[in-house]
Amino acid sequence: MKRHVLAALGLATAFAVPAHAEDPVRVGLLLPFSGVYAALGNDIEAGFDLGLETFAPDSGFEVIREDTEVKPPVALAKTRKLILQDKVDVIAGVVSSGVLGAVRDAVHGAGVPLIVANAGNDDATGSACSPWITRMSFSNGQVNRPMGQWLHDQGITRVFTLAPDYAGGRQMIGGFVEGFTAAGGEIAGQEFTPFQKTQDFGPYLAKAKASGAQAVYVFYAGSEAISFVKQYDSFGMKAELPLYGSGFLTSPLYVNAEGPAAAGVVTALHYVPTIDTEENRAFVTAFEARTGRLPSEYAVQGYDSARALVEAAATGARGRAGLGEALRQVQFTGPRGQTSIDPATNNIVQPIYVYETVQGDDGMTQKILAELPARPDAANGCEMAPVAN
Amino acid sequence: MTTDPGFWLLQTLNALQLSMLLFLLSIGLTVIFGLMHFVNLAHGALYAAGAYVAASVSAVAGFWAGLVLAPLAVAVIGVLLYGGLIRRMRRSGPMAQVLVTFGLIFVALDLTRLIWGDIALASAMPPLLEGRLSVLGIDYPLYRLFVIGLGLVVFAALAFVLGRTQIGAMIRAGVDNDAMAACLGINVERLFFIVFCLGCALAGLAGAVAAPLLSVSPDMGLQILIPTLIVIVIGGLGSLQGAIAGSLVYGFVQTFGAVLAPGLASVLIYGLLAAILVIRPTGLFPAKG
Repeated sequence: MKRHVLAALGLATAFAVPAHAEDPVRVGLLLPFSGVYAALGNDIEAGFDLGLETFAPDSGFEVIREDTEVKPPVALAKTRKLILQDKVDVIAGVVSSGVLGAVRDAVHGAGVPLIVANAGNDDATGSACSPWITRMSFSNGQVNRPMGQWLHDQGITRVFTLAPDYAGGRQMIGGFVEGFTAAGGEIAGQEFTPFQKTQDFGPYLAKAKASGAQAVYVFYAGSEAISFVKQYDSFGMKAELPLYGSGFLTSPLYVNAEGPAAAGVVTALHYVPTIDTEENRAFVTAFEARTGRLPSEYAVQGYDSARALVEAAATGARGRAGLGEALRQVQFTGPRGQTSIDPATNNIVQPIYVYETVQGDDGMTQKILAELPARPDAANGCEMAPVAN
Repeated sequence: MTTDPGFWLLQTLNALQLSMLLFLLSIGLTVIFGLMHFVNLAHGALYAAGAYVAASVSAVAGFWAGLVLAPLAVAVIGVLLYGGLIRRMRRSGPMAQVLVTFGLIFVALDLTRLIWGDIALASAMPPLLEGRLSVLGIDYPLYRLFVIGLGLVVFAALAFVLGRTQIGAMIRAGVDNDAMAACLGINVERLFFIVFCLGCALAGLAGAVAAPLLSVSPDMGLQILIPTLIVIVIGGLGSLQGAIAGSLVYGFVQTFGAVLAPGLASVLIYGLLAAILVIRPTGLFPAKG
């Protein structure tokens, strides 16, 4: 008996050796672990680690972590270090679009595949697209555009929009306005508030109220989102002027800080933890066991980035060019539903969920109202070349 | 633009509310500067500390406990700061003081991240102040009226203490000429200590008041620092009248700028700051004649 076991063991090792003899895939994880987006960076990292553990349990990946500090020059220096010194095969991460803009030419020029795990700048998969940059998160326009048609279908024809005054805010609102006016809606007024300098939204709320709109559509994220939702509620505007927006407004990451003020707010996003599929339930359970909190859209972006990487490597692809090419072919059904990469832009194609934030037994939760079909973004000036050195 | 008077009343109240929040914050900073000639750039960090303490306490013991405990806790931080750092830095010149207190901002930022984490917190409003009150035909959130009222009460109390009491006279004497005040037998150093702690407590109070209105995030102190500095430069360093005037100017310019010229809203206040520095370099109500 013992001999049989030993023989089996020997056989197993003999088969295992070739796989392990191969060098592991070296991954640079480029995320903000300090600065304003540290919470996002930590959530993406937790998702990414869980993804690697789930889909590549015998490892085969070596992860080198670098902190961008949300500063473009720091991120660029760290990217160069990952490419030149650590000689990584692939880089994943990048939360801020400013950082993505700074590292874009470095990865494009060096021919290192970059899996974008957040930064939603439309241009990154539009006029500034690169065959080396694959986005597993979302694009700003993609999340908001389908909401225009949906809102119009609900009988709302006049909307006031609000967002912080920076590229991301303008693209989010731009996407919505494009969809809403195409559906026949009318914009009653638009305001862009000074980014991260606005403490009091009171003046803008009074303007929205006086504009004669039927509803308000906004994009805010992080601490601005918390302030906005609470102030909107304290003015008692939700009853007469319902609040809609991009789903980051009521992200599960901080919706409990908004509390009951967020109840009844309807927003659209590419992921909510209450999606009722087997893949998502498994992901939510595993993530909760690991971190003690529900996964946010950021966590799922990290998780799916890791899965895309594992699936690309599973095709046998190795090296920068091989992995870069394989990443563009990746498609799978994950927690968010069926996702694939659009060959024209390298942006993810995914369904968008319209959800209402409601009071649950254990804090605020998300009630899905509609699943809008996946549609690729327009190419927006992107001319995709094949990966080549 | 609308001619509805309710709209303009609403905006006036918004402006007043922002002004009073800034007043609570800037009065501590300006008096510390006026009396001690000490630039405490870490004042915003004390405000953030106040907000965090208030949010943590109010989650356990309710809003009012937080409102009382936060200024006390921040005053204790003030005592530690004074004993450990400020007293040593008193004679070292403005550049060293600015650098040290600037460094403190980042120390405080990382300490709050270590203790409370990166995810923004929120603090619930007290049930008593949750609703809205009808003022001259418009519904205005009660909590915002409370902020306006609290600002006015603090202003009145400080005006009384500074203008009508002996300790107020001593503080004014110290601001005017500290060497002469010391010669007259006033323990200026102890006065400094009291004023510094009071200034810290007021920053803590501002944080506690702001917590239910805004979100409580590690960088909130950094975000409020520039507005506070603008307020005290416009108003004039070291004076109570200057702090209230500067706060009102900032609140109204910011609010009505956002209404009338939204494209210019973020630049307007800096333009005004530059204009005041050119026309009246000492501010509107400087402490020294």
